[in-house]
Amino acid sequence: MRIYVTSVLVDDQAKALKFYTDKLGFILKHDIPVGEHRWLTVVSKEQPEGTELLLEPGAHPAVQPFKDALVKDGIPATSFQVQDLNAEFARLRELGVVFTLEPMDAGSVRMAVLDDTCGNLIQLVEMKQELPA
Amino acid sequence: MNDEELDLIFKALGDATRRRILDLLQERSERSLFEICASFVAADGKSLSRQTISQHLDMLERAGLITTSWKGRTKTHSLNVAPMQMATNQWLKKYL
Repeated sequence: MRIYVTSVLVDDQAKALKFYTDKLGFILKHDIPVGEHRWLTVVSKEQPEGTELLLEPGAHPAVQPFKDALVKDGIPATSFQVQDLNAEFARLRELGVVFTLEPMDAGSVRMAVLDDTCGNLIQLVEMKQELPA
Repeated sequence: MNDEELDLIFKALGDATRRRILDLLQERSERSLFEICASFVAADGKSLSRQTISQHLDMLERAGLITTSWKGRTKTHSLNVAPMQMATNQWLKKYL
């Protein structure tokens, strides 16, 4: 068994696709109509055959209070790994991306948190050393 | 400042974790719960649960030692030194 997809719950799939491709730099993998929504996934350019990120519609009534509670406490919905956090931070800020937390040390990683404009906070992480298995 | 308020302040200060939270907020204000938890990990690799930190923050807020505000949709915490200064002037100072 393997993990082929993980998801973020987004307020608006079309807006999310724009943000996750135009700003974050992921590429579209699947866009399949399913009822009133889409099975919409993106992948990393660095790993096009890697795990897909599903931009999942947040239509269920439990989703909004859950997302709001995470954002209130500053907690990211998910986390992406980058090679050079300072470079990504500078690149994304130049593109107008809003960071709720600028790059900081957090133990074995450096991290920053940005707003995906679709109701989520997203953590970027640079490993200072490999995590223990 | 009455005795009840003094009690709240000295009780809030009577815990190492809460004193460290105040030190963290002195370094930088307007921090979210997530950021405060991450700062604990950064400082010594030891992570305290969000619930624990959250309870400490509540106690500090009740004593007036921190204030909260909103940065966008995120709640942030900042140091408020006035009650500490008042407690010092009103009671502690005569022994200093």
